Amino acid sequence: MLLRHTSKEVKEREGLTINPAKTCQPIGAMYAALGIHGCLPHSHGSQGCCSYHRSTLTRHYKEPVMAATSSFTEGASVFGGQANLLAAIETIFSVYDPDIIAVHSTCLSETIGDDLQQITRKAKDDGKVPEGKHVIFASTPSFIGSHITGYANMVTGIATQFAVSTGVKKNQFNIIAGWMEPSDMREIKRLSKELGVKIVLFPDTSDVLDAPQTGKHEFYPKGGTTVAELQSAGDSISSLALGAISAEPAAIALEKSCKVAFETLDMPIGLSATDRFIMALSQVAGVKVPDEITAERGRLVDVMADMEQYLYGKRVALFGDPDQLLPLTEFLLDLNMKPAHIVSGTPGQRFEKQMRQLLDARSPETNFRNGLQADMFLLHQWMKNEPVDLLIGNTYGKYIARDEDVPFIRFGFPILDRIGHSYFPNVGYSGGLRLVEKLLNAVMDRQDRDALEEKFELVM
Amino acid sequence: MEANRIIPDPVQVREELIQKYPAKVAKKRSKSIVINDPETIPEVQANVRTVPGIITQRGCSYAGCKGVVLGPTRDIVNIVHGPIGCSFYAWLTRRNQTKPETLMDANYIPYCFSTDMQEENIVFGGEKKLKIAIQEAYDLFHPKSIAIFSTCPVGLIGDDVHAASREMKEKFGDCNVFGFSCEGYRGVSQSAGHHIANNGVFKHMVGRDNTPSEGKFKLNLLGEYNIGGDAFEIERIFEKVGITLVASFSGNSTVAAIENSHTADLNVILCHRSINYMGDMMETKYGIPWMKVNFVGAESTAKSLRKIGEYFGDEELKARIEAVIAEETPKVKAIIEEILPRTKGKTAMLFVGGSRAHHYQDLFSELGMTTVAAGYEFAHRDDYEGRDVLPKIKVDADSKNIEELKIVADPELYNPRKTEAELEALKEKGLEINGYEGMMKQMTKKSLVVDDLSHYESEKLIEIYKPDIFCAGIKEKYVVQKMGIPLKQLHSYDYGGPYTGFEGAVNFYKDIDRMVNNPVWKLIKAPWETAGNGKGGELAASYVTQ
Repeated sequence: MLLRHTSKEVKEREGLTINPAKTCQPIGAMYAALGIHGCLPHSHGSQGCCSYHRSTLTRHYKEPVMAATSSFTEGASVFGGQANLLAAIETIFSVYDPDIIAVHSTCLSETIGDDLQQITRKAKDDGKVPEGKHVIFASTPSFIGSHITGYANMVTGIATQFAVSTGVKKNQFNIIAGWMEPSDMREIKRLSKELGVKIVLFPDTSDVLDAPQTGKHEFYPKGGTTVAELQSAGDSISSLALGAISAEPAAIALEKSCKVAFETLDMPIGLSATDRFIMALSQVAGVKVPDEITAERGRLVDVMADMEQYLYGKRVALFGDPDQLLPLTEFLLDLNMKPAHIVSGTPGQRFEKQMRQLLDARSPETNFRNGLQADMFLLHQWMKNEPVDLLIGNTYGKYIARDEDVPFIRFGFPILDRIGHSYFPNVGYSGGLRLVEKLLNAVMDRQDRDALEEKFELVM
Repeated sequence: MEANRIIPDPVQVREELIQKYPAKVAKKRSKSIVINDPETIPEVQANVRTVPGIITQRGCSYAGCKGVVLGPTRDIVNIVHGPIGCSFYAWLTRRNQTKPETLMDANYIPYCFSTDMQEENIVFGGEKKLKIAIQEAYDLFHPKSIAIFSTCPVGLIGDDVHAASREMKEKFGDCNVFGFSCEGYRGVSQSAGHHIANNGVFKHMVGRDNTPSEGKFKLNLLGEYNIGGDAFEIERIFEKVGITLVASFSGNSTVAAIENSHTADLNVILCHRSINYMGDMMETKYGIPWMKVNFVGAESTAKSLRKIGEYFGDEELKARIEAVIAEETPKVKAIIEEILPRTKGKTAMLFVGGSRAHHYQDLFSELGMTTVAAGYEFAHRDDYEGRDVLPKIKVDADSKNIEELKIVADPELYNPRKTEAELEALKEKGLEINGYEGMMKQMTKKSLVVDDLSHYESEKLIEIYKPDIFCAGIKEKYVVQKMGIPLKQLHSYDYGGPYTGFEGAVNFYKDIDRMVNNPVWKLIKAPWETAGNGKGGELAASYVTQ
């Protein structure tokens, strides 16, 4: 047994987190900044932070993840990191020539009280930022929230530091992406195009973290939302924020700074959430949903109807991030499955309330917890007490899945041991179809593996 | 090297590497970029601060302490005191394999423990939460040892992890609790963390169990972390030749073995950078000499085994070593003879670690490949130039912050395993005791040595030299491969291995052959890109078999 010390008996803990279902803010900020064209993320802290974030993102995407660090030493930690950041900005612009440096803080620089707004302003005043180039920032202390909070904070920084309101509205809509994969962002763009709606999607990591092999390393890949697009976001008619936790803060900020009204939606994962997304986008833009999208939807519903017997009543344990867990849980319920246990390390009452509401209405007996000590150790203990048919979560779930001999579907961040997530979406109807295929494969492969010889089926 | 391969002029290369930097940066970097001469060995600037913003390969002190040195010991509960990230990122990502003897034996490696510090802990202090966490870990698991690792904010807010550890250790009575001040900002790289880890392991673990270990030829394996099962292969060979492994620091190790390690009669060091402090301290306190070995490469393995045989000076042991070498070598030879024609004359670059960039050159030379440029991420001058340079190294402010333990001979346990005369005799036989020659002596004249390589420099080097393979880590892996050049990860081995010993050499030969000769590198260009896209022509059928 790999997790041989995990006992069945659940004891409340107050100090110790074991096998977390979250990580820290700065990695989210780094990921968000990679979704801006020509942007180099910069970690203002010790070298280890930057190294760990780059390593984790690289393992997840199998792609180059470029980012720089302020390389704090003991001196910087005592006297403040201003000198390091100013030196870094100078070096970065002379050597790597980005259009934008997106600085995020760390627990170290936050604890010593470095003020990123003041330092980046000083860099501009001192002439360290070349004409037409930008340094933006986000405060991302690791001791608050989770990687999702850091993502939201950087997206908010991007929105507020670029968007300008010229007073003349543009016939376009902002779609603020919650933490999703490049494949998902590509799919959002495709669906919007299909609907005939002009959008500004940000951040957008497609064509950045799924770059083609060409024999040349593009330090700034083709993709990413451009500065011009971001600036124009202040003139958009309205914003759709895809995710209450990871995307809405940016929408609120944009409403404040540029008076762009917004609506918050779930990330379009599964049938119902995608329905709401398509409805909302077609309504705000005043366009008719084309037959092709209706047909896409129909194909998903068709499979759900035809294969319902295999998924009915199957018990699922899930762990991951709020904006994904919510629509995913809803989708499992639409598929007549049984979400048995759900944990997310990301704290927040908003998410807790939303998930409770969904569960109270449709699955009141589900175990659910988020925030401190809502970790994979607890999830595993719940599974030992009330076994499940399926586990859904990031790669770390494979240890539980192996010990408990439960089929496992990789979903979320990070996925360190398989590919696919960056190429094939989970959002939209096609994403829903992919999820159903995965769910069916997991359940049906298990049925095939376990069936008695006389009960082994050819046609299923 | 192929006769027709043009070797770039290294002086020019150096100029090109630094020309884009701001003047101050260029001046600093130029001291870390050196043209090698194995005869005179030039000075390399190493173990100095990284230029902020330059895009370094380096990590932090915490990574070196918890991730590298302490992480591989399976029955310690390692609690990371700090916000969640540090513990999360070091969770199972280093591939230090471990094999508990029974299904009941403790193994906490698949677990991640953290105090998950919140804002209130930063503002009001985190010691209380830390003690609760230690208590909870004790109640849940009853481990033999609990280690506490400080992350950046801990040092700044003044949490005393050592006092908290002492208090809990006294309270429990049957659990050794100890802490490490390995905040990420200490030192200039992982290297500071190695030193801090060495100090802590020596102070809190080594020497706690004086039970005489069994066996005639007893040694400890230092600086071997069992990445991809490297230690398993070395264990296999030791067992075959009749050497008793008392403790490994720290691949596939246990608390009990480390606590008993001072009963061994020799320390052999693989990764000099991360563990040489331990070798020195055990020498001073217990009288155990250390010897640098290298089990990476078949010939190096044979050489290292012979050195061990010579040290113990036992004819029977020496004969067994020869027998094992004779038994293992033909398998390796058969494979290399088959592979060599496909790898001979190719070139490699290695920029990794604090020892690996040296050790793996042996395997490449067995493959007939030349290392045209190499460097470490976090090494010191002695790893480049050899330990003779130690007295000449200036101790700067960053190194001064790392505690240097004052060790004296143990009044009861000090027992020199070899007399001065015996050591002298061994030296005359060419056996270097307590010494290391460094990487540069082994590299060719005019090869390039670069410490703490930046991303920019790596792209330039690849552009200029066009090596057949580049060795580094995960952050560099896909960058280099996007340039159409295979990258071998020498931290994680690309999830393969082992690469030590005889079996490891075979694994490595096969992997490198597969990588440098993979057809995929010839498939990068689409046919229409080379044929002139858009040019008209007649339809001509073609088939796979043509």
